[in-house]
Amino acid sequence: MKTKEAPAAVTNACKLCSPLGAVLAFKGIEGAVCILHGSQGCATYIRRYMISHYKEPLDVASSSFSEDTAIFGGSFTLMQGLDNLIKQYRPALIGVATTCLSETIGDDAGRILHDYKKERAGQGLPVLIKVSTAAYKGTHADGFVSAVRETVEALAKKGTKNDSVNIFPGMLSPEDLRNIKETAEVFGLRYTLFPDYSETLDAGQWGGYELLPPGGTPLEALTDTANAAVTIELGNSAGQGETAGKYLQKEFGVKRASLPVPIGVKATDLFMEELEKAAGKQIPDKYLKERGRLIDSYVDGHKYVFGVKAAVFGEEDLVVSMAAFLDEIGMIPSVCASGAPAGKLENLLREAIPDFDAKEITVLEDADFELIEQAVKKISPKIMIGSSKGYKISRKLNIPLVRCGFPVHDRAGGARIAHVLYKGSQQLFDRIVNKLLEDAQENSAAGFSYM
Amino acid sequence: MEKLKILEGRRGQVFEKGKDAFKLNCGVKSTSGAVSQRACVFCGSRVVLYPITDALHLVHGPIGCAAYTWDIRGSMSSGPVINRHSFSTDLREIDVIYGGAEKLYKAASQLIDKHKPEAAFIYSTCIVGLIGDDVEAVCKKLSEEKKIPVINVDSAGFKGTKKDGYKAACESIAKLVGTGDISMIAPYSINILGEFNLAGEAWIIKDYYTRMGVNVNAVITGDGRVADLKRAHGAALNVVQCAGSMTYLAEIMKKKYNIPFIRVSYFGLDDMTSALYDVAAFFEKNPEINERAGMVVKDEMDAIMPGLLRYRKALSGKKAALYVGGAFKAFSLIKALRVLGMDVVLAGSQTGNKEDYEDLKKICDDGAIIIDDANPQELSRYITEKKADVLIGGVKERPIAYKIGIGFCDHNHERKIPLAGYAGMLNFAGEVYSSVMSPVWKLVLRNDTFGQKRSRP
Ligand code: SF4
Ligand code: SF4
Repeated sequence: MKTKEAPAAVTNACKLCSPLGAVLAFKGIEGAVCILHGSQGCATYIRRYMISHYKEPLDVASSSFSEDTAIFGGSFTLMQGLDNLIKQYRPALIGVATTCLSETIGDDAGRILHDYKKERAGQGLPVLIKVSTAAYKGTHADGFVSAVRETVEALAKKGTKNDSVNIFPGMLSPEDLRNIKETAEVFGLRYTLFPDYSETLDAGQWGGYELLPPGGTPLEALTDTANAAVTIELGNSAGQGETAGKYLQKEFGVKRASLPVPIGVKATDLFMEELEKAAGKQIPDKYLKERGRLIDSYVDGHKYVFGVKAAVFGEEDLVVSMAAFLDEIGMIPSVCASGAPAGKLENLLREAIPDFDAKEITVLEDADFELIEQAVKKISPKIMIGSSKGYKISRKLNIPLVRCGFPVHDRAGGARIAHVLYKGSQQLFDRIVNKLLEDAQENSAAGFSYM
Repeated sequence: MEKLKILEGRRGQVFEKGKDAFKLNCGVKSTSGAVSQRACVFCGSRVVLYPITDALHLVHGPIGCAAYTWDIRGSMSSGPVINRHSFSTDLREIDVIYGGAEKLYKAASQLIDKHKPEAAFIYSTCIVGLIGDDVEAVCKKLSEEKKIPVINVDSAGFKGTKKDGYKAACESIAKLVGTGDISMIAPYSINILGEFNLAGEAWIIKDYYTRMGVNVNAVITGDGRVADLKRAHGAALNVVQCAGSMTYLAEIMKKKYNIPFIRVSYFGLDDMTSALYDVAAFFEKNPEINERAGMVVKDEMDAIMPGLLRYRKALSGKKAALYVGGAFKAFSLIKALRVLGMDVVLAGSQTGNKEDYEDLKKICDDGAIIIDDANPQELSRYITEKKADVLIGGVKERPIAYKIGIGFCDHNHERKIPLAGYAGMLNFAGEVYSSVMSPVWKLVLRNDTFGQKRSRP
């Protein structure tokens, strides 16, 4: 079911702007720091927004446009900003993401970086990577994908072929990233996970302030992505445009496996099969047991979820994979919504969900929360699954919300929400079932203390 | 104090009392690449205007500015809540190329029809400032068609600092003031300017004045209504709470309507008390007001003193660092912390001016650091050096404090607990107490030599 043309105004957006995605990706590189080329506000707001989710320090610089800069161009201020960042942070890499403003005045950040490198030649500069992230051209998810691709394009260098695996996981939580790393290790794989903000955005105590938080994908590993045996790229929408994995395939002949985000049994099976192939050995017992427990929990909880309608919203990747997961456990993803521009979501959902048409799924593309609210009101799902920005609707319509993805601003532990692999899916499943049970319990006349 | 690590362009913005003699450099735009804690012009106008609850606030620009600021303020409403939506024209590439005025007209028109606001504010952000949409013309057309004031708030982020946003907001409010009927306004009436009703603070303050026999005509803009703003010129006195943001409006109103103004603060016992007596002094023709003010002060003090003394006992001798938006708030906080027996070892702000910092220097103790437009590196460094036990600041400062293992207390515009007034002082003390005294700090490693402990592998 398609939606009609969106109104001119957006009320409570279900998306963010592209530099945010780039900032997140750059946080997954060891020793990296990021500067947004544009006005101060964008950088500060993006920082603030991300800090509220990750609850970690998150330094993002800005080239602090002034009126003059906007008229005469940002080359001077960007160079000055780079100088200052290098002096303060001594980073190994600086990610330069453009904003609407610098893009619109036609500042060629790539050219500026080129000149900068020439002017400062011989000074041992950090790696400089530019990514175009005019927000009016895409969402935060696009910014993320672009930054990953630009980084790989800039760093990957031909060397000796080896048997390692590139894993490009997409916008997952730090907890998810840790779980993926652990799995690759248990398989005994040599691997590069990128981006890897599992530590930079979910760290222990530091004692002193770390300007460059420990963790992140090392630069050498990024260089070596050109020589890997295979790239595993997670996320359906990533399959659509130019991606880092496609680049490596084209330029260096690295095989590419494009997989859905591994939520649920089937999707995780696909991921495990890829790891089996790469490692040349069978799935370790540990994961067979986790898989067993996941299916067992499905069985224990099947009655509570069967036929239950849900509304899912967020980034396309998450929505598609979550919908497939709900379908797998017998729920119906009756409302699937994303703020991403129209065109992809419905097709991806069709691929992911057999008998899509029979399920009467309302797909909302380019959606804001007002549109989502209307759909939710009409369809009356029993549960909502997505970021904490859905809380307003949840409260208004009295429909419980299971928080996942990004952002989760009103709860602790947003960075530690597990979504993927057998174990993460298990936790997700339990949360959904328990939310439904809690709701039933609260709304039953007498309450109950047995299931 | 070793200054090497401060960026060249920022040297004049860090000052140590008792050691340095220069005039603090402030009011300048953030240094490029410095990871400033500041936002932009739009931020300034938004914080002032958004608490107007029955107005439509439409952000004209690409999605970010609106999305990141959706409902982030703790301003409460006793009625309409149109302001808690995030409306945006969500400009796309095609709009940026061909101009967004038409989209703006459509968007605003649809939204006004749907939400029926009493007025609409259109915030022009960076891109709009650049592509030059004729927002003024759209506003004029909409005002005529919809029969409500539709006001252009010129808030392109790059055109200055947060302060310019305050100014833009004041100008927008000034367009409403003077358009309402004031015949029914009581003689002993004040407007409170720069009180945003965070966590219901305006209600607390209003209650004090009411008990004194003073009528609060309009709170600008906490729990604000367009009709109140239109009538604001009917008050006898403007009481300016957040000086940084609203003195400009007070000056406009003085010039235009001959309404005098005084500056007050509602944070801390001394300042709160003065804020009541100063208003009473203005209405000296009616000595009863002063008398009743005395009663309010006594009742309120009696109610909180026992609790406050308990906190003071525990907190005496602890050290605090402050990093707040406006410098005026810093004074009140320093005094409030002294009431708790605490020393302030660092005081900084995003937007202080020369006089603010001179005053700050006077009130701070020797050894205290005074800082303008700081960044995480400087903040963490001085907090560590000065061995503060707690940092008082906003969301972006919180993880800095936590990661270096000290307490944090939120005094930003997002707070959920009222910190103004007498009851607010007790809340504040409680907040500081639970931040500083938590046993978790015993588990945390605290490193006193900044940045020495571990270098990047
Ligand atoms: S939408 Fe554009 S201008 Fe607005 S915050 Fe994002 S990058 Fe900045
Ligand atoms: S685009 Fe401009 S107005 Fe909007 S947040 Fe960025 S600096 Fe502020």
